[in-house]
Amino acid sequence: MANVTLKINNVEVSAPEGSTILEAARLAHIEIPTLCFLKDINEIGACRMCVVEVKGARTLVTACVYPVNEGMEVFTNTPKVVESRKKTLQLLLSIHRQDCLACVRSENCELQKLCKDYGVDNSARYTGAMPESEIDESAAHMVRDNSKCILCRRCVAACEKTQGIGVIGANERGFNTYIGQIFDMELGETSCVSCGQCIAACPTGAIYEKDFTKEALDAIADPDKFVVVQTAPAVRAAIAEEFGNPIGTNGEGKMCAALRRLGFDKVFDTNFAADLTILEEGTELIERIKNGGKLPLITSCSPGWVKYCEHYYPDMTENLSTCKSPQQMFGAIAKSYLAEKLNIPKEKIVVVSVMPCTAKKFEINRDDQAANGVPDVDIALTTRELARMIRRAGLKFNELPEEGFDDPMGEYTGAGVIFGATGGVMEAALRYAVEVITGKELGAIDFQDVRGTAGIKEAAYQVGDLNVKVAVASGLANARELLDKVQSGEADYQFIEIMGCPGGCVNGGGQPQVPGYIRNTVDIRAKRAAVLYNIDKDAKLRKSQDNPSIKKLYDEYLGKPGGEKAHHLLHTKYVKRQVNKDHQ
Amino acid sequence: MSKKAGVPFKGTKEQEKQLLEVIAELRDTPGCLMPIMQRAQDIYGYLPYEVQKIISDELRIPAEKVYGVATFYAQFNLYPKGTYKVSVCLGTACYVKGSGPVFDEIQKILGIGDGECTPDGKFSLDTCRCVGACGLAPVMLVNDDVYGRITVDQVKGILEKYN
Amino acid sequence: MKTLEELKTVRESMLDRIETRTKFAEHKGGDGKYRYHVLVCAGTGCTSSDSGKIIANLEEELKKNGLDNEIAVVKTGCHGLCAMGPIMVVYPDAVFYAQVKPEDVHEVVEEHLKGGKPVDRLIYRETDNGVTKTYRESDFYTKQHRIALRNCGVINPEDINEYIGTGGYQALGKVLTEMTPDEVIQLMIDSGLRGRGGAGFPTGLKWKFASGNRGNVQKYVCCNADEGDPGAFMDRSVLEGDPHVVLEAMSIAGYAIGATQGYIYVRAEYPIAVERLKIAIAQAREAGMLGKNVFGTDFSFDIDLRLGAGAFVCGEETALMTSIEGNRGEPRPRPPFPAVKGLFGKPTILNNVETWANIPQIILNGPQWFADMGTEKSKGTKVFALGGKINNTGLVEIPMGTTLRTVVEDIGGGVPNGKKFKAAQTGGPSGGCIPAEHFDVPIDYDNLIAIGSMMGSGGLIVMDEDNCMVDIAKFFLQFTVDESCGKCTPCRVGTKRMLEILNKITDGKGEMKDLDELESLAYYIKENALCGLGQTAPNPVLSTLRYFRNEYEAHIKEKRCPAGVCKALLNFSIDPAKCKGCTLCARNCPVNAITGTVKEPHVIDTDKCIKCGTCMDNCKFGAISKK
Repeated sequence: MANVTLKINNVEVSAPEGSTILEAARLAHIEIPTLCFLKDINEIGACRMCVVEVKGARTLVTACVYPVNEGMEVFTNTPKVVESRKKTLQLLLSIHRQDCLACVRSENCELQKLCKDYGVDNSARYTGAMPESEIDESAAHMVRDNSKCILCRRCVAACEKTQGIGVIGANERGFNTYIGQIFDMELGETSCVSCGQCIAACPTGAIYEKDFTKEALDAIADPDKFVVVQTAPAVRAAIAEEFGNPIGTNGEGKMCAALRRLGFDKVFDTNFAADLTILEEGTELIERIKNGGKLPLITSCSPGWVKYCEHYYPDMTENLSTCKSPQQMFGAIAKSYLAEKLNIPKEKIVVVSVMPCTAKKFEINRDDQAANGVPDVDIALTTRELARMIRRAGLKFNELPEEGFDDPMGEYTGAGVIFGATGGVMEAALRYAVEVITGKELGAIDFQDVRGTAGIKEAAYQVGDLNVKVAVASGLANARELLDKVQSGEADYQFIEIMGCPGGCVNGGGQPQVPGYIRNTVDIRAKRAAVLYNIDKDAKLRKSQDNPSIKKLYDEYLGKPGGEKAHHLLHTKYVKRQVNKDHQ
Repeated sequence: MSKKAGVPFKGTKEQEKQLLEVIAELRDTPGCLMPIMQRAQDIYGYLPYEVQKIISDELRIPAEKVYGVATFYAQFNLYPKGTYKVSVCLGTACYVKGSGPVFDEIQKILGIGDGECTPDGKFSLDTCRCVGACGLAPVMLVNDDVYGRITVDQVKGILEKYN
Repeated sequence: MKTLEELKTVRESMLDRIETRTKFAEHKGGDGKYRYHVLVCAGTGCTSSDSGKIIANLEEELKKNGLDNEIAVVKTGCHGLCAMGPIMVVYPDAVFYAQVKPEDVHEVVEEHLKGGKPVDRLIYRETDNGVTKTYRESDFYTKQHRIALRNCGVINPEDINEYIGTGGYQALGKVLTEMTPDEVIQLMIDSGLRGRGGAGFPTGLKWKFASGNRGNVQKYVCCNADEGDPGAFMDRSVLEGDPHVVLEAMSIAGYAIGATQGYIYVRAEYPIAVERLKIAIAQAREAGMLGKNVFGTDFSFDIDLRLGAGAFVCGEETALMTSIEGNRGEPRPRPPFPAVKGLFGKPTILNNVETWANIPQIILNGPQWFADMGTEKSKGTKVFALGGKINNTGLVEIPMGTTLRTVVEDIGGGVPNGKKFKAAQTGGPSGGCIPAEHFDVPIDYDNLIAIGSMMGSGGLIVMDEDNCMVDIAKFFLQFTVDESCGKCTPCRVGTKRMLEILNKITDGKGEMKDLDELESLAYYIKENALCGLGQTAPNPVLSTLRYFRNEYEAHIKEKRCPAGVCKALLNFSIDPAKCKGCTLCARNCPVNAITGTVKEPHVIDTDKCIKCGTCMDNCKFGAISKK
């Protein structure tokens, strides 16, 4: 594409044709502040933070969407621009409940940062009516507090565009506009899938996960309880960001150290259960292919995706793998095998999970997730909540030693750790299934076709006599596109991996929040995924079936993959749900 | 659920059939949502949850989107109108002559708020802008009957005429 | 109709009928079939004052007398003089009856239609400096120049043949058979026509921007009939009185830019206009004026109606398009401009009703004819809806460059009750107030902007000494706050904060620094709001601050409303010398703020008083005053 030359603050800049002023300014090393703008999904020019002067223009223009052209002269920092931005902030503050001291987003609130940058010290400049609002705590995983909402609509874009769901949206108009659900139904009554992408998108404290850190700390402090913690693959790829490290830092070792210092009795890894999932799910795939079972088989690790399937594709719930998610498998094993091994009554064991995911908070309370008569998992925390606990405990994360997980449920292979990135489950399953089907050891272990952050990926593999067609989707709008093809018969796959969040768990709704201006320029999905693929690359064991602890688990306890005991503990059922509910 | 009181949905199979026909007729027209909602309101008189849900399910668009559109435009009613539509002018002239207390009294007697309908479907209550009868302020209307220079004490008697 | 020849045949067959009304002096005996044409206005204004009943009575009466084959009853659109409605005009006598009642019909039939003697008491007359003038002699009539409204009140809008009789669809025939699309666009540019919807963008240029890549991409032509300014009804009148002109003009634009589909976005609150548009579209399709291969050419074009649902912001072009697309009517940032990426993401042109209504005449009479009217940068005429404190409320079309004085005093008949003109508000919630000092400024786009108002769509509200300008500013701002879409911060929150400041001032709690804050917010919103609605929302405040700052200051410094409008600043008192102690005021006070014994002067407790004015209305002795 051709370049155009323009001047920004009197400095000549050459930018690709079709760039916005915001993008061109970056080339001139200027970051114009934005608030509502999220590239590709929320380019609505609504908040007016990014206004700049353009010579000859009648009014200020919004840099986020205004295209550059040849000879344009842009001024990003004039008194008029600065005063306008200040006024916008003051007006936003006048509808924003300023509860900044203890707000969950304090210090990483985008509104707060801009106020600080622009010296908006008189936060009560405009007093007056506040829009009416109520706090909605009905959902299992999150809280919506519209008194802090600044109507940037990033959450709406995430829900409607990224996820193709749209249970929240703008209602009413003018000053009374608010983000809400149909007929002001509570969020928990809607077909919200709990993915938490709205939380990740929110620049303020208007949407946040339900916090269970107190419950976790109470359990740890209870001498009668034996508290084991498991951490999902993607958590290690992001937790370090909470402590000032760059995106793409591996925090596994320090995380283990921190968990131990927080007082967990055992520090285990969900990766272990991921390896276990592969054996169960891989076996299920082979069975279904061999015995004419329902195909395509679709993964069931992502509870957001599972709930989405139940609401929006109830006819396809039989395609879902009956395998529980790794989190739940972990819990079921911890309260049976581990309990027996350690000789601790299952009732005394508290399983805490640390997840990149908010839907896991919903999942632990699903029906048929209590294989041993007690809930498989008791408390599901997000990466952010763990970081909060570490901070509160005064642990200097960056100074902690690198430690490892405990045995036996801390051992994992490279196949287990890549679960956290889109395509990872597929690749791990292929590493297992190909060996089982062909009966030969796998030569090339990397399945590059299913890697990467593309929303939908397809591949076909010749496995022995079988031509196995697979597809991978992440983000539910992509899932919908893929499933519509499957339903219409346009595509026939044997195996599909679907993750609720775009890019997979590394970009889950429970991960550290990354401000819009970074999300717009850095592919956080790829950077975090790289952490996991690097761990896999360097791992001694890279196939789930090679995990010695898993082998031992089957030998000592479960029998064979897909066997009766495994089925009882590790598999589950689904329900058909409606889109929202039928009657009031 | 919504804080507003409403009447139970009493849509008939016949109405649903009509709505589905409208949707079938218009679904391939670009931008069909609003025309469908307008026709749906013609059929049902208002756009309750059940109707919005049918539209959303049939068009495969989020129900919240339908609701967002319904609440954006003044024309769409979310709640049914009663057999007797009571409205009170809160225009400037009436307001200063005490239509506010009159409005409060009606809310108290009927047990419903602005824009709501009694559970028996008999009365609905709205505020309105100036009806051009400022000389009679404060003014309330029951359907087409205009009551002028009303006081709080008279409200009960007026409403009883329609019971 | 497949050819221009056929169109000509229809036109010729209708000529006598139309000319009986337009060249009545040459058709003294009628049109050959009908001796008389009785035109009755069936526009919204006259309909609400019972013109429907007049028409019914007339038809019945004629039938009873066996005259229905000799005398034609024609339902027309608006004549403009709405204050005098219902209007009835009898041709070829050109007798203009005003304020006709259904019960007058019998007399008209007997005296005039049967007896040949017009009913004198019903004939409209205006008195100007002691000279009595008939409708056609009146300033209201003679100082107008009707292009957009030329057929309103003249033809039956529900009969396509009457439209064709006036030369309708000839312009479309001309462009399709004699002109290239580029020539059409050039002609529009040469005419100097600017958009009549508000901003005044040159129409020809707008078309040119959308004209690239003809035939290869889907494009759309839209008509903005979402007229929402309080007090404006120009577009409604055109649609009610002459709907085909809009269809013809949109087709011409379709040909010019290479579009095959048009949409008319019309307010659902205009049921008569909607109905007439539906009839017109059906007739135009039937006649082959819409549809495939118009006049046997390659050109195909069709038009659909979309009804607005009660949101003022949908008059903004991008909001109108988002609304047609089936969304909340929230504006989109521009660029991309609609000419590049408009409705459904395709190149789109949007013009308002009045703009469209000018176009066929420009095509037929040539660009120079149009450019010869008006001022240097504002050509042609402009329709205004006169309202407020003016005698002739109604619709007028005047050449650009006419002074406000001519419009208000001559055409509008001045301010009623001998009150003093204070200001005229143009441009609705986006415009401003023009004070008496600018009475002689010629009205055009640029002059109005220079004096802090804008043309807008054509509402012109006259205010007199009894209007409080702070209150007026508040009224318009309240309107914008109610109608803001809520998308961008400046409009959603900023206008609300401005309104709160204005409320504070009219409640008597204002401080001088509030005026600075008002101004600062106003300029901020103008610069920062996303769309035209927001960017112009502060205009009513800014223009009143500019010309009537003293009124704001009186509210703030003296806690006084000079016009006696702002209730919180009024105090009612009883003059003991005049009070007879009749107790009527005390008995009628809704809050029991008046005390006193019979036959003794009463007293108002100002703390209890809600300033409703009931006491004053009831006092028979003029003892109560407010100040």
